[in-house]
Amino acid sequence: MTNSAVRMTGVVKRFPGVVANDGVNFEVLKGEVHALLGENGAGKSTLSNILTGLYRPDEGTIELNGSPVVFGSPKAALDAGIGMVHQHFRLVEPFTVAENVILGNPETPFVIDTGTTAERVAELARRYDMAVDPNAKIWQLSVGEQQRVEILKVLYRGAQVLILDEPTAVLTPIEAEALFRTLRAMTAEGRTVIFISHKLDEVMSVSDRITVLRGGRTVGTVNTRDTSTRELASMMVGRSVEFSRVVRQSPADPGNVVLSLTNVNCEDDRGRQALHEVTVTVGRGEIVGVAGVAGNGQRELAEVIAGMRSSTGGTITVSGNEVPNGRARAAIAGGVAHVPEDRLHTGLAAGHSVEDNMALKNYRTPLLSRFGLLKRNVITSQAGDLVSKYDVKTPDTATPVRLLSGGNVQKVLLAREFSTNPRVLIAASPTRGLDVGAIETVRGRLVEAADSGVGILLISEDLEEIMSLADRIVVMYEGRLVADIPASQATREQLGLLMGGAKMEVTR
Amino acid sequence: MKSPIRLERRLEQPRWLNWAIPLISLLGALVVGGLVLLATGKNPLDVYWRILDRGFLSERSITGTLRTATPLAFTGLCAAAAFRLGVINIGGEGQLYVGAVGAALVGLWMGGSAPVGITIIVMVVAGMVFGAMYASIVGVLRSQFNTNEIITSLMLNYIAGIILNYLIFNSRSYWRDPRSVGFPSGKPLEERTHWPTYELFGFSVAFGFLLAIAAAVVLWVIYKRSRLGFEIGIIADSPRAARYVGIRTKWTIVAVTAMSGALAGIGGASQVGDFAHYLDAKGLQLNNFGYTGIVVAALARLNPLGAILVAVLLGGLTNAGYSLQGPDFPSGLVGTLQGLILFTAVAGEILTKYRLRSNRAGTKAVAA
Repeated sequence: MTNSAVRMTGVVKRFPGVVANDGVNFEVLKGEVHALLGENGAGKSTLSNILTGLYRPDEGTIELNGSPVVFGSPKAALDAGIGMVHQHFRLVEPFTVAENVILGNPETPFVIDTGTTAERVAELARRYDMAVDPNAKIWQLSVGEQQRVEILKVLYRGAQVLILDEPTAVLTPIEAEALFRTLRAMTAEGRTVIFISHKLDEVMSVSDRITVLRGGRTVGTVNTRDTSTRELASMMVGRSVEFSRVVRQSPADPGNVVLSLTNVNCEDDRGRQALHEVTVTVGRGEIVGVAGVAGNGQRELAEVIAGMRSSTGGTITVSGNEVPNGRARAAIAGGVAHVPEDRLHTGLAAGHSVEDNMALKNYRTPLLSRFGLLKRNVITSQAGDLVSKYDVKTPDTATPVRLLSGGNVQKVLLAREFSTNPRVLIAASPTRGLDVGAIETVRGRLVEAADSGVGILLISEDLEEIMSLADRIVVMYEGRLVADIPASQATREQLGLLMGGAKMEVTR
Repeated sequence: MKSPIRLERRLEQPRWLNWAIPLISLLGALVVGGLVLLATGKNPLDVYWRILDRGFLSERSITGTLRTATPLAFTGLCAAAAFRLGVINIGGEGQLYVGAVGAALVGLWMGGSAPVGITIIVMVVAGMVFGAMYASIVGVLRSQFNTNEIITSLMLNYIAGIILNYLIFNSRSYWRDPRSVGFPSGKPLEERTHWPTYELFGFSVAFGFLLAIAAAVVLWVIYKRSRLGFEIGIIADSPRAARYVGIRTKWTIVAVTAMSGALAGIGGASQVGDFAHYLDAKGLQLNNFGYTGIVVAALARLNPLGAILVAVLLGGLTNAGYSLQGPDFPSGLVGTLQGLILFTAVAGEILTKYRLRSNRAGTKAVAA
């Protein structure tokens, strides 16, 4: 085909323990906006990193405008006309817009003519309808404006193919609309845009064609006007495989609420609102699954309940008692256990021994310390008991946690959290990165805890995990809970749609 | 060309390395220093014997060594206390000055009247409080505004020096001796405020040195056995884990920095109470006690009890240096020897984390 801009055939990229791209075929035509759709971990980022020369594929070929190319570095790809706009900006904050645009450009002369450069940047910005002052300093700009600078950088280098990695994740809806206009202006001139996203609605509104990746493979390429969000969702999450729901010893008691959030708001680390009026309850012995694509407020939700992050509104109660805002110790004392996403550096102190980590939640109790001094022998014996009870494979309790395998790290964390006799457990991606045996063990422990009456909020991107463990499923999208469905009635397709932001009737 | 040896990170750090590496480093320094001495026409064995003799063996040498070691022990503990938390307080120098100012103030004020024991205790406490307050400027700036403590504590050292000069040379302050005409000097403290000296095992030990040992033991207990020490360890290892369990990180930073400053402050008080018996603006600034304390802490691998040993070692080395110096032995050579010993000791530190591996085995495999 003569109007093919980029064609990638049979691309394979392996990393230790994982095949990120497993024979991906991907073709983009000149002058189109082509969306690359998939869940986190589907292989979108790896594919774009290969296209921009950051990784070399283990197998497969890349053709640019019909002729095969091999990129040894990002610079080579840029020279060939492929530019990437990263999700996390690479800008020098104290420099002006124009200075950032010419930074790293080999054509920039030794002595810079600031006036001319600024004019050229301004003209480029006007041409694509991007309002940005070339003489403004980066730190003065909004996130949306900073993104325009990133785009200008790539355009200034003469890129014909632009890759945008989740460009709307940081934008307001109005800024996103402006971005879409800019993309149209660029394709009208014959440039090609590859638009990486997992949001179904925006993919539908901005792209000409869509390629869906799942588990490192190409599911298919469709014309946007011939498809629907429903079809895309099922392509993205896969046809539902039959799987068995876990058998529970004692049923959940949703009426007996142990954790309740009412209209909770909070901000993320950058001060943007991360949770919007979140209201949810977890009953005694109930497992409530929180489904959603990562980055939609799940981490903030877990941290707010665990007292690691202050809410900016709303109330949280545990067994009817309100938990003081943003105080982790009060949350722990109130019976909140928390298995964070980042086990080794948040849930545990990796350089510390198994026994110190086992004591992390109760070292202040009279059991383990008196007059400010620790009872080291009790700490050691407590750890010994937990190690044997939870079958942690470790040479001894003085071994640093960082030397343990991933499964054993998670066992240490679970052992400690359950040893505090919690009423509520927040488990964030509790089986991610574990091998099959460890996954079984961890899931078993969660069910066991629920059977004994602990209310569990299971935050996970793994739909299969949620659907097999949870009694009830809520979906998070852009900081909001957009659905609350009994697990027995949920389907993968429906959840996939909701995770992608499609509107639907909430079945309560 | 590939280097014949390479460094490989050790997975585990065996305990015996903790004493073996410093010993090997010291031997290395002696060998290299011996070559330097040979090149300058000296007999290395003779010189080393003289260092050993003047620093540690001969009569009265221990007395002098302990005297030099006392302030270094305190500033070493000061650095070790803060470094354990990852707060790089290099302000021991200034905190020591300020501690001396505080101790001299109460010493002068209470001197004639109060009972001896109480006066001495109050001087120690004043040194602690002044040092702690001065250091907590650094702690508060770091915890509240995330200011780089290396810069603030360094700058505060200069300010403390200027304060000393002002009090003695540029003003008619309470600390200045009004009778000193011509060259200004600090007002002498009453004899009743002088700290006691004890005769132990045939040499005299200053009260301050015993205080340093006590402080080291307390610090060791704090780090090894206390809840505070546990929390400090968690913060240093993983700030996110500290947040996760609700440790008050900001409060801990201020508290530890204050504690660190208090230790240097007692060092300053000891300079007044044990040795000078007046606020010696010039003498305090002459010896870089605070900066040497950083070396002490590093060599002791932040172990408080180790800091006492290292302080004695450095004290002996310094004193031996003074007595070696002479027409046939230039001071530059003394400095070279001392520098070599410190350099190899610090360089040896890397071997506790990494091990040397020969690259030759790999090359052979390729050739075959």
